[in-house]
Amino acid sequence: MSLSSCGSSSICSLSSGILVANDPSSKLSKRRFTPSISQPGWKQRRDSSDNNRGVSKVFGYYGLKSPPYKLDALEPYMSQRTLEVHWGLHHRGYVEALNKQLEKNDSLYGCTMDELIKVLYNNGNPFPEFNDAAQVWNHDFFWESMQPGGGDMPTLGLLQQIEKDFGSFTNFKEKFTEAALTLFGSGWVWLVLKREAKCLAIIKTSNSINPLVWNDIPITSLDMWEHAYYLDYRNDKAKYVNTFMNHLVSWNAAAVRMVRAQAFVNLGEPKIPVA
Amino acid sequence: MVANAVTGIAASLKCALFPCQGFQGSTRRLQWRKNERQCARKAGHGVITAKFDLKPPPYQLDALEPHMSHETFEYHWGKHHRAYVDNLNKQIAGTELDGMTLEDIVFVTYNKGDLLPPFNNAAQVWNHDFFWESMKPGGGGKPSGELLDLINRDFGSFEEFVEEFKRAATTQFGSGWAWLVYKANRLDVGNAVNPRPSDEDKKLLVVKSPNAVNPLVWDYFPLLTVDVWEVTITNFILFIPLNYDL
Repeated sequence: MSLSSCGSSSICSLSSGILVANDPSSKLSKRRFTPSISQPGWKQRRDSSDNNRGVSKVFGYYGLKSPPYKLDALEPYMSQRTLEVHWGLHHRGYVEALNKQLEKNDSLYGCTMDELIKVLYNNGNPFPEFNDAAQVWNHDFFWESMQPGGGDMPTLGLLQQIEKDFGSFTNFKEKFTEAALTLFGSGWVWLVLKREAKCLAIIKTSNSINPLVWNDIPITSLDMWEHAYYLDYRNDKAKYVNTFMNHLVSWNAAAVRMVRAQAFVNLGEPKIPVA
Repeated sequence: MVANAVTGIAASLKCALFPCQGFQGSTRRLQWRKNERQCARKAGHGVITAKFDLKPPPYQLDALEPHMSHETFEYHWGKHHRAYVDNLNKQIAGTELDGMTLEDIVFVTYNKGDLLPPFNNAAQVWNHDFFWESMKPGGGGKPSGELLDLINRDFGSFEEFVEEFKRAATTQFGSGWAWLVYKANRLDVGNAVNPRPSDEDKKLLVVKSPNAVNPLVWDYFPLLTVDVWEVTITNFILFIPLNYDL
């Protein structure tokens, strides 16, 4: 099966992005291709106009990935109703809109979700599909940034890095909360590892923008679109943000992402022993 | 004749915030006002402080039931709109924006796109005032007279206008507003002709704007608006029975 030809992939995508088209000129095309993964959304179609009889064109679609916990698992901090509406309606809506838009455009097939977002962002002049693609990725990332029994503090290396870049964990919490409360309109707040600066930073973005477009590595995120908190907290944004920091944020997930990120960013001086 | 229609509509809106003279030379008027204030100070008069008040909608809070509930108003007007007003007052206290009219603050803080901090609050106060006045109990239906003629002329038919308005409202990504506006073709100077007229001049248009931006800053005359921030939609969903035909 031919893999993505979109160039080097940056980070393993956490999303449901599935692979796609096959290359008719490759040797594999003589064999009938049957996908072994039974994911919703794989479709197979025989193209009778093709020279090689029996060649199937595979179209991959992005599927709606469920959060790694049941919809009522985050009660009482994020209600089941919120998850049902936020994931079941909004997130699902973005996935379906993205699939519909991708149907029309063959050249976008074959990309992982990360690559798709960068390509569609088009250096600041985004294509129409960008909003939906980015929102699918953002929400996948967000569900994984939370866990039942979350909150508390990070440990080990991640805590050390936070203390190095923000002074203390309390200071980081304050800065994160401040960023969330000063964001106007819809958007997201992110803890990222900056590649160039080689340090952690808090950034806030509008609408569907995410730090992948600036080639930074997100570690955790908070959805500040009103649909994320309005059902549970109405206009009390501060309570929502504090609840997220104290009870929902998954430092386990953040630690895993941090470990992966360190494969791409060198955070320390190498310890070369002097003989 | 069209200009008369606009002022006619403006007057009939009974919107105290919508100046009937329009915005011709608004920057000139702004300077005039500044001079006036300076003169007042020199003469030793009392210091002018302006404080915006939260203006109530021109109907009772439960007057729009069952379409928009009493609780929606309590949140949307009573909390969100009030917060914008309070924050705006805090931001302008003691600055040169103190004493200016709301539209002038919106225009000045828009700063040709490079927003100054009070813009979001000022524009949202104006937008919400305009939004409450864009609705009324027993509203809906069709307009009549000049407005209907203009709508038919510029959109083809009333139904097409409704479709376009709905489309603008539902395709605004993130937070924002959808507007029916009148776009005039004019310059600041009284007797000159605009050398760069476009097809869309002297017409009614449907436009959409993100976050707090409103068409005043593009020099249009807003006629109608609908709030498509998620707060409005969520309040709508929260407080209306789920089988209501949205």
